[in-house]
Amino acid sequence: MDIYSPLVDIVGEDFTSNHEEELYIYSRDSGAQQPRKADYVVAPKTVEEVQQIVKLANKEKIPITPMGGGLTLSGLAVPIKGGIVLDMKRMDRIIEVNEKSRYVILEAGVTQGALQSHLEKNYPHLEHSMPDAPPMATIVGNVVIQGHGHLSVAQGINSQMVNGMEVVLPTGEVCKLGSCSISPYWFTRDPLPDLMGLFLGWLGTTGIITKVSLQLFPKPKFRDLLTFTSADLDLLPDFIFDITQLNLMDNLFIISQEWPPWAQGILYVPIISAQDEEEFKLKIELHKKLLRKYEGKITLVEGRHAERMREARLPVPPVTLGVMAADAKQGGGFEYTGGILPIEKVPEASSKAVEIAHKYGQPYLLGYQLLTGGHSMMCGLAYCLNRADGEDIEKVRKALDESNKLILDIGGVLWKAEALAQRLMVQRMDPNTVKLMKRVRKALDPNAIMNPGNWSD
Amino acid sequence: MALKDYKDIIHRCFRCGYCKFTSDYSYLGFNCPVYSKYRLESYSPGGMMWLIYASLVKGELKPSKHLSQILYSCTMCRNCSQECKFKFNEDIVNILKAAREEMVDKQLVPQIVGQFLTNVYDYGNPYRELKQNRDNWAENTEIKHYEKGDEFLYYVGCVGSYDTVSQKAARALGSVLLKSGLPFGFLGSREVCDGNEVDMLGEKGLFEFLKEENTQIFKELGVKKIVTLSPHSYNALKNNYSNEFEVFHYTQLLRDLVKSGKLDVSRGFKAKVTYHDPCFLGRYNNEYDAPREILTAIPGVELVEMERTKENSFCCGGGGGNFYTDILGSGKDSPSRIRVREAHDTGANILAVACPVCMMMLEDALKAEGLEDELAIKDISEVMNAALL
Ligand SMILES: Cc1cc2nc3c(=O)[nH]c(=O)nc-3n(C[C@H](O)[C@H](O)[C@H](O)COP(=O)(O)OP(=O)(O)OC[C@H]3O[C@@H](n4cnc5c(N)ncnc54)[C@H](O)[C@@H]3O)c2cc1C
Ligand code: SF4
Ligand code: SF4
Repeated sequence: MDIYSPLVDIVGEDFTSNHEEELYIYSRDSGAQQPRKADYVVAPKTVEEVQQIVKLANKEKIPITPMGGGLTLSGLAVPIKGGIVLDMKRMDRIIEVNEKSRYVILEAGVTQGALQSHLEKNYPHLEHSMPDAPPMATIVGNVVIQGHGHLSVAQGINSQMVNGMEVVLPTGEVCKLGSCSISPYWFTRDPLPDLMGLFLGWLGTTGIITKVSLQLFPKPKFRDLLTFTSADLDLLPDFIFDITQLNLMDNLFIISQEWPPWAQGILYVPIISAQDEEEFKLKIELHKKLLRKYEGKITLVEGRHAERMREARLPVPPVTLGVMAADAKQGGGFEYTGGILPIEKVPEASSKAVEIAHKYGQPYLLGYQLLTGGHSMMCGLAYCLNRADGEDIEKVRKALDESNKLILDIGGVLWKAEALAQRLMVQRMDPNTVKLMKRVRKALDPNAIMNPGNWSD
Repeated sequence: MALKDYKDIIHRCFRCGYCKFTSDYSYLGFNCPVYSKYRLESYSPGGMMWLIYASLVKGELKPSKHLSQILYSCTMCRNCSQECKFKFNEDIVNILKAAREEMVDKQLVPQIVGQFLTNVYDYGNPYRELKQNRDNWAENTEIKHYEKGDEFLYYVGCVGSYDTVSQKAARALGSVLLKSGLPFGFLGSREVCDGNEVDMLGEKGLFEFLKEENTQIFKELGVKKIVTLSPHSYNALKNNYSNEFEVFHYTQLLRDLVKSGKLDVSRGFKAKVTYHDPCFLGRYNNEYDAPREILTAIPGVELVEMERTKENSFCCGGGGGNFYTDILGSGKDSPSRIRVREAHDTGANILAVACPVCMMMLEDALKAEGLEDELAIKDISEVMNAALL
């Protein structure tokens, strides 16, 4: 059935479309995945509108794909089985900042940029953990994919920072999770059954999040980075262990790329901050001192290159490195395999990733980020692509497929994996886990309308 | 340049969306007025770039009326070019303009845009007003026609000449110039549209024609220096006409006249004023200081800034011919109404403008918001006129 008119009745004509132009835009993203056609695009403003859309879709058995910024690059907000793309960005209210308990309650469409600017203006002493993604990415899209931000070493990944949420279930009921289900305060997730786990990491297949409470953190007065370089990849696990034993970083980037040549080895870029100058200086010194143990093998970069690293990596979010990859081939796109690995597996992944890149005629471009105090590493094996060149995109797809298999073969898991890569994981998953996931989904979404095609075999 | 000249650039847009924001990602809202209103990705600079590529370069989509509607909703405010992080950022508005040229060639422009262009072609203004009525705004004033030897030509433009709200600004500026003692005059019925909007709407041929017409008159009269009421005229005359004329926006001239003591503002003007930067003065021509210098020179004026100001200013929604075509439409989320609310939030009682287009857009919005008792829209020339001894 054509549901255009009922959708218009719910959200209005301006925010509903089935025109080819809107469908074109919402049927693809800036990564390497094949376009997949949407049938309707809808931008709701209120929870009630979301509920009505869900009820309609349920009745008509039409898929819904929630979308925030649509910036995962792996097509996660591009519908696999058609239907409605629900652009959440009109739900953009920052409802409340609780300063003393350090959290913010916001609607699902609030962007990273908007929250950052709101805090800077009104609560300059607080900040949230901001991903390197363009500021158009939404807070909720980011927590749904269990993303990471500039405080991820010190404070954990972003989905761990969710205190509470409001969701519209696939059958249309609105439900609150966390302390807000009991109390007016959205201040904690524990000590309760962790129902938020039913929505985080599920890529919009279990319901639509309409609000979250996100933890905020003290904004430091002093913040800087150090750049260390090394040619010896095998030192990485020990060095990471030592540097995290200090337990003093906010974040740690690890970069290795073919271009420019000075970045070809491994660059370790710890981000260090403090509220007090003396503490800050001491932290910097302690990090530098660590190099004594690695004398001649890991060295401090100073001068022009260090300055360039500051310019590129110190702003929150950093602009230059991540986004600029999209223009490396003057082609408007890139995608990366986000391998989450045990630290000791990173050297193996890196050397094999270089081989894969070269096999597909790509310069290697490895951008890693340490997660959660040093418990795992997100290894981004990135490939730039030229959107105007179909062959190039095809090559990137193959390189991604091979990279995904590499990560899984050496014991890692894939982060924000595209549908094909999700399938690779499901194939390797404990069969009872797969069954459990299916049961959970069936219970929540009996008509399988939520972002179908994801997390399935 | 034509769209084909950009064919290797258009697909480089990453659709990352920096272009939708101010430089500090203001929480107040998105700074692309089109995206701010429609909130679908297709109505964003990146969305438009992708659609232009798909429809007009790659042929994946058929160029359609809906595409045209999307492209013509853009006010050409230049926020996207300013905020895009990529090397090709300067080309974005040029690509948008070149795509509109294609729509003109393919006869796919929205009817109202066609009407604008036909009116300018037939009447020299978008309002289908008779040429001789271009004098009317100056009736009962001492502002005279330009005569050979006058130092300045006062170029009023279509909106200031015909729109009843903006005529107030045209008269106020005339009056200020009279008080300065500078020899100047206007063209009246000999003035034709400067073509800035025609150019922005993609009618290159008509723009060239208007440019020729105006240039010929300027030359005939021996014009050397031009002062414009409208930043739109200023942009066209300064950047797209021959460089044999020295062109000023009036705020630049008045600032200099105040500084040199030729205008004495010591009578003052007591008000809390916030100033709205017009896109064609600010982002297009990097003039943010002159209007502020004038306002702060006036005793009694307390200047307060809106959250989005200077290069982050939010377009009133009238650029690119939208003041006439109204493709962005009215409604609570229209750019002009958002902007008026933003001005109101500063606690100012005057919203000062330096552009007749902004003036008419914001005046309408003020009424729609029901804020007339709390805030008044005034052109800087009006504020200045009131402050002169
Ligand atoms: C240059 C660049 C750098 C990046 N760097 C980082 C980084 O440092 N850290 C990081 O974590 N990520 C990074 N990313 C990846 C990604 O852009 C971000 O994680 C981003 O935050 C995703 O948010 P989004 O709003 O774009 O999500 P979307 O792509 O819109 O959605 C992501 C998933 O969530 C689902 N979803 C969205 N909204 C809802 C909702 N309301 N309810 C239920 N499901 C929903 C979607 O269906 C989809 O499956 C980067 C991307 C780019 C392009
Ligand atoms: S125009 Fe620039 S900033 Fe905007 S989406 Fe395209 S690449 Fe990004
Ligand atoms: S010129 Fe202004 S209105 Fe047009 S797309 Fe760019 S930012 Fe939006």
